[in-house]
Amino acid sequence: MSSNSQHHHFAHHFESEEHEYATSKEGVWLFLVSEILMFGGLFVGYIIYQHMYPQVFHEGAMHLDWRLGALNTIVLLFSSLTMVLGVHFSQLGDRKKAVTALAITILCGAIFMCVKYIEYSHKIHEGLLPGAWYTGETHGLSNMGLYFSFYFMMTGLHGTHVLGGMCLILWVLLRANKGEFNSHYYTPVEGVGLFWHLVDLIWIFLFPLLYLVG
Amino acid sequence: MAGSGKSYLEGETGLWSWLTSLDHKRIGLLYFFSVAFFFLLGGIFALLIRLELFSPGALFPADMYNRFMTYHGAVMVFFVIIPGIPAILGNFFLPLQIGAKDVAFPRLNLMSWYFLMTAAVMALCTLLLGGVDTGWTFYTPYSISFKPATILMAFAVFIAGFSSILTGLNFIATVHRLRAPGMTMNRMPLFVWAIYSTAILQVLATPVLGITVLLLAMENIFNIGIFDPALGGDPVLFQHFFWFYSHPAVYIMVLPAMGVISELVTTYSRKTIFGYTAIAYSSLAIAAISFLVWGHHMFTSGQSEVAAITFSVLTMLVGVPTAIKLFNWLATLYRGSIQMTTPMLYTLGFMFIFTIGGMTGIYLATIATDIHFHDTYFVVAHFHYVMVGGTLMAIMGGAFHWLPKMVGKMYNESIARMSFVFIFIGFNVTFFPQFVLGNMGMPRRYHDYLPAFESLNKISTIGSWMIGFGFLIALYAIIQAIRSGSPAPMNPWGSKTLEWTTASPPPHENFLTTPTVTAGPYEFK
Repeated sequence: MSSNSQHHHFAHHFESEEHEYATSKEGVWLFLVSEILMFGGLFVGYIIYQHMYPQVFHEGAMHLDWRLGALNTIVLLFSSLTMVLGVHFSQLGDRKKAVTALAITILCGAIFMCVKYIEYSHKIHEGLLPGAWYTGETHGLSNMGLYFSFYFMMTGLHGTHVLGGMCLILWVLLRANKGEFNSHYYTPVEGVGLFWHLVDLIWIFLFPLLYLVG
Repeated sequence: MAGSGKSYLEGETGLWSWLTSLDHKRIGLLYFFSVAFFFLLGGIFALLIRLELFSPGALFPADMYNRFMTYHGAVMVFFVIIPGIPAILGNFFLPLQIGAKDVAFPRLNLMSWYFLMTAAVMALCTLLLGGVDTGWTFYTPYSISFKPATILMAFAVFIAGFSSILTGLNFIATVHRLRAPGMTMNRMPLFVWAIYSTAILQVLATPVLGITVLLLAMENIFNIGIFDPALGGDPVLFQHFFWFYSHPAVYIMVLPAMGVISELVTTYSRKTIFGYTAIAYSSLAIAAISFLVWGHHMFTSGQSEVAAITFSVLTMLVGVPTAIKLFNWLATLYRGSIQMTTPMLYTLGFMFIFTIGGMTGIYLATIATDIHFHDTYFVVAHFHYVMVGGTLMAIMGGAFHWLPKMVGKMYNESIARMSFVFIFIGFNVTFFPQFVLGNMGMPRRYHDYLPAFESLNKISTIGSWMIGFGFLIALYAIIQAIRSGSPAPMNPWGSKTLEWTTASPPPHENFLTTPTVTAGPYEFK
């Protein structure tokens, strides 16, 4: 196989491009495992408290607008598609299409964050805040803030990941724009893509748990 | 790729070249210097604790003592024992032992070191904010007292955890992907098996600590109430979360030590390790069981009887793979040509101390006796017998064993042996009386005690001075070796693992030609 068109040279401790690619991908997967366990702590906490105070979680979820949650779900699912296309076109070395697909993915992330901003400001306005700060209706329950502690912790940590993911996609977009990726080398796009899918996947769990349990 | 053959210490010199080096060997030494510094710091806090407890009555204000106790624990756990063996010896020798040129992700490796340094700076900055006095376990609700120092410490632990996760991730990928031709999993040295099992724990357990301290920080900043009973939260949930990490973390601390001991026991008996497969897989077994035992820290925290009994039984189960290792080491010694070098002395010290530590663990895993021993000095003694006696003995043994390879110089055997004598005797003088004190009912963590406990506490404090002196001798032995030791040959101990088939110190590329492996790691005649 001729390798005259590629600029990427694999690091000295690998045997080949494939070797480096497979190793890097394994590294990304291991990182995703640790991410899942970190979110896992919050999910376990959610399950325990939901079990202890079902009424609090029921009332809390009633305060969320499921339509905005559903909109964000669709936006993120669509962004997963464009992310896959971004990886696909990077692999083909189609610079223009890859950049377009990645740009749409970032745009979807931005729409998601805008919707979250609308939701957050509404909640702050209504006093639907975590723990001690809760000043909304209590429905006779003394610890209504607990639901919003989980709501803000889970969506906040997830939102941070969305922002981080957008930065990473911007980074691979700029590299794709320079034409750095081709069938020999597209590891960064692939890795960032995996991360983005995980961020989507976590939302797929957050949406029913937070919006639909009511 | 043919190498220049220059050692990794030559070539680029100067501080900057070290701080930006991607060579796993140089990064290993960076960890060595930083962990040694943290050890000195944690050790000073330990000596201050023992000084306060030398006699009843307050030498230091109680608040200050609480800070000594917290910083001793936090520094020693998060910045010394957890990074200790994996980040120093693992970084240096894991790639060498499997015939790799480097770890899988060298940049990430350097980044992990910077994360640890950032965390350390943050942890030290908490001293300027009035200091943390919660103990290293940060139990709620006391730790939800809205003190900025606690918040900063929580973030420091979070970032130190990040460093640990990334190191573990790197090692797993290295073991899976970078073994030399012929180096099958079942031909890997047992040190590699131990670091590999540890790495799995680091990747799977540490994120839970991450979310726990993040919640703790949020609790302190935003008063979110998840662990605060006043707001409907549950402080015991914090304990569950904390120990879900921190019990596996105990094995993050001790599994690498067991790996070191496996290497030393076979080398200095000049005999093939007994039960290679059993030792290798018992590491994985310990890693697996360690996730299911966290409740034994909470027998008195209000968990159901069924849970307590289950955790008790599972905890005792850890004794099985541990005993498998110990018996295999003993069987390796049997009819071996034992050489009483410094590393071998530390190895025997490990076996002696760790056995006492492990056996006393059974008392604490037994629910009825734990009610009596819980939160007494018995727990302190048990923990130190396992962690300090176990891990530190192995670190010291491993450091002397591999020193010739790392710096290319031989150490002075009689000075190094002297360090063992002081550390080993000092250790037992310090901690054995604490078993008795705990049994007599002396509670842990208090800055003062009843006059009845005085004589044993005095003995314990004198022991702590012996340990300190022993480490000074060890430091002197290492400095003396580096400054004026005789040049080390390629394989001074007649070891059979791959790191001894390359120059001392190794070239930047580790091996000038990639080795091909045709046999197991311990082929002594």
